[in-house]
Amino acid sequence: MDGDDRVFDDRTPGVEEYEPSASYLSYTAGLGLAVLLTIVSFVVAQTNLLWPPGIPVGLIVLAIAQIGVHLVFFLHIGTGPDHTNNVVALAFGVLIVFLVIVGSVWIINNLNWNMMEMPR
Amino acid sequence: MTVAALDTGLSAVPTEFARGRGGGGPASTRTVVAYGFWIFLLSDFILFAGLFAAHAVLSGNTAGGPTGAELFNLRNVFIETMCLLFSSYTCGLGALSAERRQPRRFLIFAALTLVLGAAFLIIESTEFAGMVSKGAGPSRSAFLSAFFTLVGTHGVHVTGGLLWLIYMVAQVVAKGLRPHVLRRLLCWSLFWHALDIVWVGVFTLVYLMGAR
Amino acid sequence: MLGRLSWAAIPLDQPLPLYAMGAVGIVILIVLGIVTVKGWWPYLWREWITSVDHKRIGVMYVILGLVMLLRGYSDAIMMRTQQAIAIGDAQGYLPPDHYDQIFSAHGTIMIFFVAMPLVIGLMNFVVPLQLGVRDVAFPTLNSVSFWLTASGALLVNVSLVIGSFSRASWWGYPPLSELAFSPDEGVDYYLWPLQISGIGTLLTGVNFVTTILKLRAPGMLYFRMPVFCWTALAANMLIVAAFPVLTATFAMLLLDRYLGMHFFTNEAGGNQMMYANLFWAWGHPEVYILVLPAFGVFSEVAATFSGKGLFSYRSMVLATLGICILAFMVWLHHFFTMGAGADVNAVFGIMSSIIAVPTGAKVFNWLFTLFRGRILFTTPVLFLIGFMITFVLGGLTGVLLAVPPVDFVLHNSAFLVAHFHHVIIGGVVFGALAGINYWFPKAFGFTLDEWWGKASFWCWLIGFYLAFMPLYVLGLMGMTRRLQHIPDPSWRPLLLVAELGAIVVFLAILCQIVQLYVSIRTRDQRRDLTGDPWNGRTLEWSTSSPPPAYNFAVLPRVETIDAFSEVKRKGLSAVEEVYEAIEMPRNSPIGFIIAFFATFTGFALIWHIWWIVILGLLAAAVTVLVIGWSENRQHEISANEMAHIEQARLGLGRPA
Repeated sequence: MDGDDRVFDDRTPGVEEYEPSASYLSYTAGLGLAVLLTIVSFVVAQTNLLWPPGIPVGLIVLAIAQIGVHLVFFLHIGTGPDHTNNVVALAFGVLIVFLVIVGSVWIINNLNWNMMEMPR
Repeated sequence: MTVAALDTGLSAVPTEFARGRGGGGPASTRTVVAYGFWIFLLSDFILFAGLFAAHAVLSGNTAGGPTGAELFNLRNVFIETMCLLFSSYTCGLGALSAERRQPRRFLIFAALTLVLGAAFLIIESTEFAGMVSKGAGPSRSAFLSAFFTLVGTHGVHVTGGLLWLIYMVAQVVAKGLRPHVLRRLLCWSLFWHALDIVWVGVFTLVYLMGAR
Repeated sequence: MLGRLSWAAIPLDQPLPLYAMGAVGIVILIVLGIVTVKGWWPYLWREWITSVDHKRIGVMYVILGLVMLLRGYSDAIMMRTQQAIAIGDAQGYLPPDHYDQIFSAHGTIMIFFVAMPLVIGLMNFVVPLQLGVRDVAFPTLNSVSFWLTASGALLVNVSLVIGSFSRASWWGYPPLSELAFSPDEGVDYYLWPLQISGIGTLLTGVNFVTTILKLRAPGMLYFRMPVFCWTALAANMLIVAAFPVLTATFAMLLLDRYLGMHFFTNEAGGNQMMYANLFWAWGHPEVYILVLPAFGVFSEVAATFSGKGLFSYRSMVLATLGICILAFMVWLHHFFTMGAGADVNAVFGIMSSIIAVPTGAKVFNWLFTLFRGRILFTTPVLFLIGFMITFVLGGLTGVLLAVPPVDFVLHNSAFLVAHFHHVIIGGVVFGALAGINYWFPKAFGFTLDEWWGKASFWCWLIGFYLAFMPLYVLGLMGMTRRLQHIPDPSWRPLLLVAELGAIVVFLAILCQIVQLYVSIRTRDQRRDLTGDPWNGRTLEWSTSSPPPAYNFAVLPRVETIDAFSEVKRKGLSAVEEVYEAIEMPRNSPIGFIIAFFATFTGFALIWHIWWIVILGLLAAAVTVLVIGWSENRQHEISANEMAHIEQARLGLGRPA
């Protein structure tokens, strides 16, 4: 059993065997895209190429894109039925991360404003 | 840490039972281990989410002390980021070599990953030491507490990952690319990629947004 | 040398904790003495302490939970008595400092070391059997989880005799829990044991999500799993999602206390409200972690003892998953009064009301399962009916509290205390007791005594209502929670009724102890020889009682929901003639060893004995390195051995 996935087994993130998309090409493409996205992020943050009030949103979009690149090109997360468990687990994790961060920021900002917290 | 082997008579399970609908019986050890580790990594992402949330809330609370804009050196952050990103790349190539049962190639890529990861840690610890010596340590303000804890926790994970990699290299050298070694390498590479994913969040939310 | 530990830490001037620990210490010594004299250590080490068998681990969790129930209940009756006595001019017998420790310990122990172990213990025992597999995904990790939980429980109880416990309640809100206001070891006795057991719990979550999603008998599609497994999946998904938040939150408070950081301090920009926010972001999913498996138990009990399948399986599953997702969207209702605006409060109030809907759907499903069934009124069924009434009422008071303006009046009043005990006792405790009574014969090979079980049920039911209904009224009259002294003498009658209720609950616990004793003494009359004492519907009843270590000689081939009912209906023999050798995991001392070092490290961290901390961490690291290098942690059970065991089982009257 060890090491030999049956051909029709569920796939997990990162497994290279039987993973048609795992290859030097996929990793290199992923690296290229990620480097590009990183450079763009740094440029966007430090110049006025993007309309300044939109910079935070732009940075977040670029970050999400780069995380996507990592997931697809490095971790080989796909969309086929073999990947259902992985994608659902990831989606659940992303939902919780979103709720915790955005929820906390919303709640605490609301609290701070209502409690007239002095900026410090 | 495995489950008993699957009994015979079940290799004739129709394909639709197995793919995604889950009727194919217990999954292989490799699948079980990798999936379990994936779930653990998701829990780690949520741990970081708690720290990110604290940072987001406290980033303005500088208590009259230095702000991110005053402290961050974005050029160093860029170099760190590239180091970690390239180490993820070499990690992936190492994983490919391991799967293709090429131990020497794997060891080369593992060494490269180690060097790049160590470079990341050196830059980061120099940054931390510099900040502390300027009086901008974690006990200076809530913002700095949050910064050091979030970025520091990531750094501790990276350190642990490198120590784990050294341990895996030792296992590969001593035992070869046996199935259980391969399973552990799989977990390790999942871990390493996940750390780079977290770092994308860190450099975006902490450094790039914090420096504005 | 010993940090801040000194002889002054032993409360020689406080009779109550000294006598309590004295009594407990004597009991422990007697037990250890009996075990030693009878030569049981090798057996205990081989069969229980180093066991990685989910069945053994499940039993140990339940034992831990029941033992801790005695400690948590002692705290409860002490508080009730204080509140019944210390009214008006009378000062009672517990000074405020002690009372504060007691209510903090009561909540901490009941949630983390009674409710969680009971629920996790039931899931441990039952889930692999119901899924038709031989063990969980990571058996050794399972053992680590249990022993880390036990380590946390031990450390919390050490605070009785060495030092003192936290006075900052079971939440540990800053700034009270910060160094400035709690400089001594109390809050650390709260934080470190919970971090240690939290790691154990998180690993359990990972283990069971993987098991339920990746390890099921062939043919067991998702919608053929028993409902208990669905609720276990949802609860464990919540564990994986919520416990990291608690770990992060406690870590931040520990950093404040140990390294002088300022996450939640009054000065240098700390934000105390963030602690409450993050704590409850864990805290609300936690209560669903507790109650979802209880719902699962009741689904199994309802179906089995009505003699028909669960009504509307699909809606039950959907409701479970709905509750799982919604559980993470309501947490602000624990701090409506903390100062958020009406918009934020309204959103979370509405979400809190919505989460009652899937639960209501489940209640209807249980009712319709019972309807027109041929109901056998066993102890689990009594708990089911008691639960349906009690949990619905308690849930209704929750929906009342979900309305922010109402909560502004009732937040942290006795009304709230009544509400959460209502749902936790009515839901989690009744569910755990029903589950214990239901699966006890499977675990031990004989049923529990019905008479004493029913007696304990009635005492729990009556005791609960007597103890907590007065608190609703008192809350509306203005009584807050955590009062060491009662200012208003007109509250006395209600507090006396509550005290009476606490005594009746004590009788309930006594009945349980007697039930256990009587059942063991008369076990030969109540042997479960067929493995199926209740005419069950799910796969665990197809094994012998207790099951062999490997559960199933041949993994069952599943074709429908309620797979065992199907087998019985078709009259199929569950006996297989041809056995193959299988591999089962070996026992492992790793869990016990890691917990051993964790206990010492935790104690040393609490008392600032840094050299022991370093040694303990080194020891843990070495253990991890050793286990990380090992391989072949399995042993083979030959086909002959299995044939032998199965033949012996068949000889006892297994239905063909």
